[in-house]
Amino acid sequence: MISFEIPEKIKNQLTMTEMVAKQVMRPYSRHYDEHEHDRPKEFIEMMWPIMKQQNKAQVDRWKANGSASKKEGPNTAILGLILNIEMLSYGDAGQYLCIPTGGLGGAAVEAVGTTEQKIRFMSRFAEGDKPAWGAMAITEPDAGSDNSSMRTTAVLDAETNEWILNGEKIFITSGALALQESNDFCVVWATVDPAAGRKGIKSFVVEANTPGVSVSPGLDKLGIRASDTVVLSFQDARIPYDNLLGSAEVKEADTSKGFQGAMKTFDASRPAVAASAVGIARAALEFTKETLAAEGIAVDYTKPRHQLTAVERDLLEMEALWKTAWLLTLKATEAIMHGRGNRLEASMAKAHAGTAVTRITQKAVELLGPLGYSRETLAEKWMRDAKINDIYEGTRQINLLIVARAILGYSRRELK
Amino acid sequence: MLNFELDQEQKMLTDAIGRLANERMRKVSRDADEEGHIPPEVAQAGWDLGLLPTGIPEAYGGFGEYSVTTNVLAIEELAFGDLAIAAHILSPNNVAIPLLLCGTEAQKEAHLPLFCEGTMPHVTAAMQEPGLQYDARNLKTTAVLADNQYTLNGKKSLVPLADTAETFLIYANEDGRTQAFFVPADAAGLTVGEREKLMGLKALPTFTLTLDNVQVPVVNRLGGDAGIDIGLILNHSRVALGAAAVGLARAGFEYARDYAKQRIQFGEPIAHRQSIAFMLAEMAIDIDGARMMVWEATWLLDQGKDATKETAVMKHFADDMAVRVADQALQILGGYGYIREYPVELWLRNARGFVQWDGLVIV
Repeated sequence: MISFEIPEKIKNQLTMTEMVAKQVMRPYSRHYDEHEHDRPKEFIEMMWPIMKQQNKAQVDRWKANGSASKKEGPNTAILGLILNIEMLSYGDAGQYLCIPTGGLGGAAVEAVGTTEQKIRFMSRFAEGDKPAWGAMAITEPDAGSDNSSMRTTAVLDAETNEWILNGEKIFITSGALALQESNDFCVVWATVDPAAGRKGIKSFVVEANTPGVSVSPGLDKLGIRASDTVVLSFQDARIPYDNLLGSAEVKEADTSKGFQGAMKTFDASRPAVAASAVGIARAALEFTKETLAAEGIAVDYTKPRHQLTAVERDLLEMEALWKTAWLLTLKATEAIMHGRGNRLEASMAKAHAGTAVTRITQKAVELLGPLGYSRETLAEKWMRDAKINDIYEGTRQINLLIVARAILGYSRRELK
Repeated sequence: MLNFELDQEQKMLTDAIGRLANERMRKVSRDADEEGHIPPEVAQAGWDLGLLPTGIPEAYGGFGEYSVTTNVLAIEELAFGDLAIAAHILSPNNVAIPLLLCGTEAQKEAHLPLFCEGTMPHVTAAMQEPGLQYDARNLKTTAVLADNQYTLNGKKSLVPLADTAETFLIYANEDGRTQAFFVPADAAGLTVGEREKLMGLKALPTFTLTLDNVQVPVVNRLGGDAGIDIGLILNHSRVALGAAAVGLARAGFEYARDYAKQRIQFGEPIAHRQSIAFMLAEMAIDIDGARMMVWEATWLLDQGKDATKETAVMKHFADDMAVRVADQALQILGGYGYIREYPVELWLRNARGFVQWDGLVIV
């Protein structure tokens, strides 16, 4: 039965999130954009108790059942997450990325880790006075979209039963927050057998203060400047054997399950990026429409097309891009909710939303004229923030490739 | 709760129409376009699906409730088969749906049973007008009330099956508001013009209509004293048109996808190239986006909520999407796409019409 209904409980949650977006994030948007390596402490402090409470419910479930229990009925948690991400990004996409929680690192632990590991690594996000962050390191200087050719190695020292990591990882979101400014971890993907390709790739939990791990100063970016982005270097960094994520099966060298685990985290993170893109798009669209309306320029939705002005057409176009991006995001989310695979839908949503928000925010700057180009308003910032969504968690092109392979029934070899 | 899966009945319905589309409509689609003639047995097979009676309550001879969502699912499948034949099969909707939405009790009792019979009723609607400034909310055709009689004057275009219609539902401007009137075909002053010559939809006979002081009894105004809600009728029309645009685009997409997989150049299928594969990926995203917008609007309409904004944005997107996707499909076929032996050029011609169509269930 086709329905777009959002459960009441999530709607109430969103009302709260909207308050945070408008009152805790927006007022500081410009400040953290212009003070790139400051941390948005107002937002972090506000969110920590909320995240802690949410994470505690999940950790308690692992503790109670010995495994991630499957609740009866649709998984509404993922829907709540996606809707909240949209709303927080409507507030400020850079600050949203500083949210104190497991993040992509936590997602990797949840996707690949054993129950014992989930409890061991994830409990920190459910308790304590100080906020905690998880990060994930997969991209390397010479391995971006082609992440299966990563060169970071993990060698087992049989004597001490430790893994020795060597290599360099770049573009690590919240890397400094996780490893320098708190006592948390980064999930690092590395190969135990460079000759084995995908099959050799495993994931390891690297805790803060591990000798041999160095964290670079924050990178300077076009947008999402409030977000912490660093480079991590590993020089004979030793980590305990049991920090290798996964069951005994994943540990076997001749399986690609470890790499598939990395790919699986994208099935949820791509709709999340799409949702973030949509949030920025909504902010820009709303601001543009309000500003133009104040000048007496508003879309008349009852006018036939041939009577529309050029600006009305632009606004309709932006609105259609925003709406399709959002609905495709919901479609990718709905599949997860009802326990269906969403690889295709996730990439469709991500490819479309990343480009949609890029076009919408660029058009907003154009339509707003001098006001759009001025740093007095947030339009130009949203345009800079937007562009990352066309790039991270797989560029538009990589996602189109995934969509194309799925609709054509092609393998990696048939469609390169 | 958020859910985008069809229910069991909707699946059975779309499967049945899918079979009709592939096994009957597609087979006659090209000849129908070339000859300007739809084989009556194919139109009848479409009518035999009983789409309209399932949306008409028992009290009026049908066996269901009108679900906008189910209706657009059916329309997408029909348009996937062939847009002109779909428009023919759906032409009674142009009268039945406004009647369901805005008719008085007496009008529903009098007219709705007509739509529940084994043969297609000879009724059609006339809303569109010739000329550049057509606006369904501000029609040039006028209706003036005097002595319990309306006098209608003006010109209509794109009236499907007008040559065989016995009754017309004619839209006109009464004191700045759009109203609709039942007019018998033999009314004095009502003239059906020449068959229109269009770029697409060539299989569907459409006509102009001239109204020269046509007298209409006051009881023939749809909705009685209350009249009609033109905004509501337009919203229902737009979701139907949007769904048709999606069905047509999907036809082009699937054809181009299959072609690209079997067309060998440089020793391998052209679909192995990103330049082709990415076009297909973009087409798929376009189509899904438009379909989701249609569904969101029908979900609102099914709850009796307003969807004026949603349908306006959706139509703006879907009209362009249909042309874009049909054009990309043709491009993937290259020279073959331009040849009338292949169906793709027909889809491009049909797709180009959507932007002009507003206010009738299909055309």
